[in-house]
Amino acid sequence: MELYSGEKLCKSHFIGYFENKVFKTIRQFELLDKEENLGVALSGGKDSLSVLRILNKLSLENPKININAIAVDEGISNYRDKTLEKAREFCGKNKIKLHIFSYKEEFGLTLDEMLKIFDVKPCTICGIFRRYLLNKKSKELKLTKLATGHNLDDECQSIFMNQIKNNISASARLGPKAGLTHDKKFVQRIKPLYLCTEKEVTAYAFINGLLDEFNECPNASKSFRAQVRDIVNDLEQKFPGTKYSVVNSFLQTLPLLKQKFKNEAIKACNRCNEPSANDACNACVYLERLKNRIIKLNQN
Amino acid sequence: MNKTKVSVFIDKENKNAVLELDSDSLVMDLLRKLGINPVTVIVSRNNELILEDEKLNNNDEIRILSVISGG
Repeated sequence: MELYSGEKLCKSHFIGYFENKVFKTIRQFELLDKEENLGVALSGGKDSLSVLRILNKLSLENPKININAIAVDEGISNYRDKTLEKAREFCGKNKIKLHIFSYKEEFGLTLDEMLKIFDVKPCTICGIFRRYLLNKKSKELKLTKLATGHNLDDECQSIFMNQIKNNISASARLGPKAGLTHDKKFVQRIKPLYLCTEKEVTAYAFINGLLDEFNECPNASKSFRAQVRDIVNDLEQKFPGTKYSVVNSFLQTLPLLKQKFKNEAIKACNRCNEPSANDACNACVYLERLKNRIIKLNQN
Repeated sequence: MNKTKVSVFIDKENKNAVLELDSDSLVMDLLRKLGINPVTVIVSRNNELILEDEKLNNNDEIRILSVISGG
């Protein structure tokens, strides 16, 4: 594997380099305390399996770090069923507790079923419900933090997307420790792969047998993120180091952004008590719209 | 000029192809020929990762694996 510096590493040195980078990120940004009941959001894809593998290693060396994997089954046929199989296999082999929560059980419909009756961008509704479930279930499981597989590419894309949409308060919520302030309504989300490129994560997953056959969400190509991803990858090819530069310069302004937006009130949703910027959270608003849509369809 | 024949599997497209390249071709030449941005893939030969400046050999079986996944 070739690094940005031009340095070329063999398989074992690359694994050491990659894992050290993750441990350094955890120390640098103080992502973990000495004692944690840590959740890892697990999709069964290469990013979440890689972060789970490394955090599980850390947990085996440090019994005060307890690991739970949490997966959300949105109900996307020919996609999530395959990645969840990989998640079950990995957790079974490594004796990691895996909790799976599904849209069908929690909301009454799978994502595929929702999209059949509801004209909405798939990634918008899917993201809202997934974040809602992960936060709610993390609190029920009394998790102290929730680690995700977000990598440098994801962060770089989010920064670009927020700039393009002039949504700077959303950028203030980014960073290796997501969110603006500590609030008991939120379980702190952390991103140990924050400084690892998607290519490095893929190489790590490949070497460790975590990379399955190519499996992209069927809805992903329609997303704004996918378009920004292609632009960023073109820039990276023409100007190597672009992703690091964007994220590193963003990190220098992040404390100022967090300071600027820290007083944005986080309310509790008046229906479900989950965190919300408005009286009702987005998940409850969309659930209400879905319910009304079903009533209308039944009447016709 | 001698040619190097390689068989290629592109996972994102689930596509197999056999290609002929100049005998001194590198992995990056193969990616260029296929119009693939090297930033978006890793490449393996005999289940081992190979670098973009490595030379291709006749009858190599190459897998081009997309780094993009998820949703």
